[in-house]
Amino acid sequence: MIVAAAKPWEEIMASLHGMHKVLVVGCGGCVAVCLAGGEKEAGIMASTLRMQRKLQGEPVETEEITLTRQCDPEYVRELGKKLEGVDGILSLACGVGVQVIAEHYPNIWVAPALNTKFAGATLEHGSWEERCGLCGDCVLGQTGGICPIIRCAKSLLNGPCGGSQDGKCEVKPNECAWNLIYERMGRLGRLNQLLEVAEAKDWSQGRDGGPRRVVREDVKLDD
Amino acid sequence: MTEPSSKLQSLLDSGQFVVTCEIGPPKNASGTGITQHAAQLKAYAAAMNLTDNQTAIVRLSSIAAGVHVLAGGGEPIIQMTCRDRNRIALQSDLLGAYSLGLRNLLCLSGDHQAFGNHPAAKNVFDLDSIQLIKTVKDMRDSKVFHCGEKIKQDEPQFYIGAVANPFADPFEYRVHRLEKKIRAGAQFIQTQCIFDMQRFETFMDLARKRGLPERTHILAGVMPIKSAKVAKYMQKNVSGMLVPQAVIERLEQAEDQAQEGVKICIEQIRHLKTIPGIHGVHIMAVAWEEIVPSIVTGAGLMPRL
Amino acid sequence: MSNRDFAPKIVAFCCYYCAYSAADLAGSLRLQYPPTVRLIEQPCSGKIDIRLLLQAFEAGADGVYVAGCLEGDCHFLQGNIRAKKRVNAAKKILDKIGVGGERLEMFNLSGSMGPRFAAIATEMTERILRLGPSPLSTADKGEEGKAE
Repeated sequence: MIVAAAKPWEEIMASLHGMHKVLVVGCGGCVAVCLAGGEKEAGIMASTLRMQRKLQGEPVETEEITLTRQCDPEYVRELGKKLEGVDGILSLACGVGVQVIAEHYPNIWVAPALNTKFAGATLEHGSWEERCGLCGDCVLGQTGGICPIIRCAKSLLNGPCGGSQDGKCEVKPNECAWNLIYERMGRLGRLNQLLEVAEAKDWSQGRDGGPRRVVREDVKLDD
Repeated sequence: MTEPSSKLQSLLDSGQFVVTCEIGPPKNASGTGITQHAAQLKAYAAAMNLTDNQTAIVRLSSIAAGVHVLAGGGEPIIQMTCRDRNRIALQSDLLGAYSLGLRNLLCLSGDHQAFGNHPAAKNVFDLDSIQLIKTVKDMRDSKVFHCGEKIKQDEPQFYIGAVANPFADPFEYRVHRLEKKIRAGAQFIQTQCIFDMQRFETFMDLARKRGLPERTHILAGVMPIKSAKVAKYMQKNVSGMLVPQAVIERLEQAEDQAQEGVKICIEQIRHLKTIPGIHGVHIMAVAWEEIVPSIVTGAGLMPRL
Repeated sequence: MSNRDFAPKIVAFCCYYCAYSAADLAGSLRLQYPPTVRLIEQPCSGKIDIRLLLQAFEAGADGVYVAGCLEGDCHFLQGNIRAKKRVNAAKKILDKIGVGGERLEMFNLSGSMGPRFAAIATEMTERILRLGPSPLSTADKGEEGKAE
């Protein structure tokens, strides 16, 4: 899932400065699962906003809605009927959701309530860690299912570097990804694979060429 | 090519026991100190490493520093890390360095920026050290850039070095990774500072079993420690560096800790000379460069050619 | 408004298994406790969430507390521990926006602790009397004043 966390409160307040009516929009997707931007968090944020504004003598009216997903136009279109008199939108989605709202409502201000952190997994309830670098050209098949692009602090493809000690990366408190790879490949009897020099990565598949796109003609609707 | 080739290479290929040392470029825009160090050390060291923003702290560039070493009459080894440059900048700097008369190159991944004075920097690591070694070799031997495009003339012909750290983990894999570097094109190897001699000897045993000393020149890294405090700091805080308690105790009990540090270093070099497959030593006395002559003399490695 | 003639509104979210029974017991024992406390029965203190705590303040409470079972005695094992964490998180929010985290508290007791229930109600009432009315209610008054 995409993991996000609330922005500093002062930053959120500043982004809504001078607004009298704010639509607080939660997202029922990834950010609800990581407890950053679901219905409950939207409620807490709206209540906090109302109370602080009241104390500042600049009361604000809020409306709350939580969409199934903010990254899909079909859900974002639901906001249309909620926008009467609204000065701005506070989106509790990841950066994708904020942008989809901005694209659909060109004449209304939208501010992010969250910092989008990474694509990650739940380690335990309340703890998440990055697992995928979204590089566009997966190397997990060469590294035993452990991603060196994102889990190695230097993204080495021929690791581990000289800073690996006792399974730990010199950049604390990380585990050394290459130590994990080495152990796993050993367990699976594939250490020989690590003796091959891994070629440099083709980063043209990565983020460098503007937004990447996936198009599937076979599933497009002809209307 | 008619231009001067690597003096370091001819010394190592001739089978001599070679001494290299290290000069840390300054955190300012003056090359005077480097030139002076080079002039002072050239009689004692076959070549001098110029670190590339070591520990991710901004310093005068290693390539520029190499030119200052040439001015002092020394033989430079340019360190090049993958931290700050992508494959375009790396290759461009290789061309530039060679055009300035630099002939020896040491390829490293580079210390993570988290340890330096710009922890908010974005790192690059477009290539890793092994891919860089291969790139330099391909430019020289196959006359191609990384992308495969032909270098029509005046390709850089570097003498290629790499580092090995026998003290990082996983230990057994360290020899394999050394072999990977040799396979990629590393002609000489400088190791991380050795304090744990037993572990280093085990490493060399494994390396000899794989026939690695016949395929490259291994220079054992040593470092004179100025005080027990420094030793303790390294033991505790530097990943991939093993400082045995015995070394710390010996320094603590010494009347003159700096002198004892030099003594330990000299003893290590004398011992390292006896290990089969060791072709030289690399003395890392950064910020203490002036001590190198006494170490080299004390270890009985003078006169040098 | 001076604190003397201020009648605090305090909301107590009470776990059915402990605080709520303790309140009953306090009643049977004819123990006196301030009439300032409004009890809301919860199936477990772990039912509480930050939204509800904030909502109480928004709706005009001067003080709020959550009363759950003694630690280790939760009928649902971990409910009271979780409630404590949420109360602490809500306290931070209240501090941040200027309502004051002191106005919110977590208490633990058992169903047999009638006198303790009365003592908690008194303790919390005294605390809120000392702190005065919630700044949110004074802000209300201010607004009304402006409107007039």
